[in-house]
Amino acid sequence: MKRIYVNEQWCLGCHLCEYECAFANSGETDMVKALKGKKMGTDLLPRIRVEDAEDGSHFAVNCRHCTDPRCVNSCISGALSRDEEGMVVIDRDKCVGCFTCILVCPYGAIMPSGGKPVQKCMLCTDNAAGEPNCVKHCPNNAIVYEER
Amino acid sequence: MRYVIIGNSTAAVAAIEGIRSVDNVGEITVLTDEIYEAYGRPLISYYLWGKTTPEKMHYRPADFYEKNGVLLRRGETVVSIDPERKTVALQSGEKVAYDKLLVAAGSRPFVPPMEGLETVQNKFSFMKFDDALALERAICKDSRVLVVGAGLIGLKCVEGILERVASVDVVDLADRILSSVLDEGGAATVRAFLEKKGVKFHLGDSVVAFSENEASLKSGGKIGFDVLVLAVGVRPNAELVKDAGGETSRGIVTDDRQETSLKDVYAAGDCAESVDITDGRRKVLALLPNAYYQGRTAGINMAGGEARLNDCMPLNAVGFFGLHVLTAGAYVGEVYEEHGENTYKKLFVQDGLLKGFILIGDVARAGIYTALIRERTPLDSVDFEMLRKAPALAAFAAAGRREKLAKKV
Repeated sequence: MKRIYVNEQWCLGCHLCEYECAFANSGETDMVKALKGKKMGTDLLPRIRVEDAEDGSHFAVNCRHCTDPRCVNSCISGALSRDEEGMVVIDRDKCVGCFTCILVCPYGAIMPSGGKPVQKCMLCTDNAAGEPNCVKHCPNNAIVYEER
Repeated sequence: MRYVIIGNSTAAVAAIEGIRSVDNVGEITVLTDEIYEAYGRPLISYYLWGKTTPEKMHYRPADFYEKNGVLLRRGETVVSIDPERKTVALQSGEKVAYDKLLVAAGSRPFVPPMEGLETVQNKFSFMKFDDALALERAICKDSRVLVVGAGLIGLKCVEGILERVASVDVVDLADRILSSVLDEGGAATVRAFLEKKGVKFHLGDSVVAFSENEASLKSGGKIGFDVLVLAVGVRPNAELVKDAGGETSRGIVTDDRQETSLKDVYAAGDCAESVDITDGRRKVLALLPNAYYQGRTAGINMAGGEARLNDCMPLNAVGFFGLHVLTAGAYVGEVYEEHGENTYKKLFVQDGLLKGFILIGDVARAGIYTALIRERTPLDSVDFEMLRKAPALAAFAAAGRREKLAKKV
């Protein structure tokens, strides 16, 4: 299965992936409408986050789609599962927002959504982008979508 | 191969998944005294609160049992195990033969003797879906509810019903709420939040006698109520194994493959003990993620695979009206702390390792801390100054980050 991988040495720390993620999952077709006047981290809660390390390096973090995911194994409602391909899927309708997944994800990749359910990267299979919008718009190949 | 599983909750489902990862043909029979397919047990409070529905509470998809070739026998109570003949006896008198048996029988409410309890008509436990349904039938918007026990079960029940009743009083012998989960400061933070929502606490107190609709407290006060919820504590259902001659302590004792001292009899979930890696002690860790890992480990070993479970620890994710509390591990050693009005954070460090944490309110990315505890990561190998402020992968050296983010994990 193709997953998103990080090429840390290429990351410029531009945070564009966060905006592209928020846009892709906003349901809007117009980027300006989706993002204008909204603050990252409070109004915009993307499923990918760029970390800025003290040594000057940067890298993006989103769901690793683990082969033996702790979030799925620990989910109290069965809202998290692994599909036949291996993608870690959330059924946001079943999720009650208990945050057990946030407690157990070693990557800090499952995030509060602002509403009841948590949110996580679904590789843009659950929005109109169709393929990971963060990767598509990364200007420097710092994140790639491929088999490893 | 005939697999028999006693119980039908998290550990049982995990065992089925464990068995089927090794053996696709063996017969699996699940014996449950409930009438439902597996549901998320902790969801019963969310059901009462209106945050989920019976349909959404199913722990696995509708075709789970069929797809895994499982015979689900509902409404069957197991009364004994005969480890010599390798059978279990049902209440009906029927005997069911097994080659490998899993006891995933869970726990039951513990109700201490209390004077006059028999005079109370509307009294409930809060562990199963049927408990929630019965409680729901008993409450209305005018109900005064008394909850005895300010632990996880009692307070999640409070969250479920508070907006549907007139008043909720909570009594607990301990001087703080959630005494098994939180330290004093953390408990005070959550208590203040719940008091603002209208919950009345009577802590360091207990009911000395009930008289129909009134409880007399040790402190001298009286509380009138219409509905009583008993959430004092739970007891592991360890008797089946104990009576069959297997080793038990508080819960059922197993090895790290989840096998009991009885050959071919395994145990998992809230009836079984595990070793807590944060203090090295064997204990019942009655928590859903633990039940899953125990159940899966048991299932794999029952089917002839090889699995060991050596990384259990206390893990709690509990929320009250949107205030989230995430905790892990042991509260020992040096403490790093930060508090705000509705936020509370404590990290516990001992022997150069993160041993535990309490996060209230601001809980983002807590799993990075949990992984440090579980993997026993030496804190001198990471930037702990950075981690103290907030969980971040940037605190790991570049090579460690590559392992996490540039590889299939």
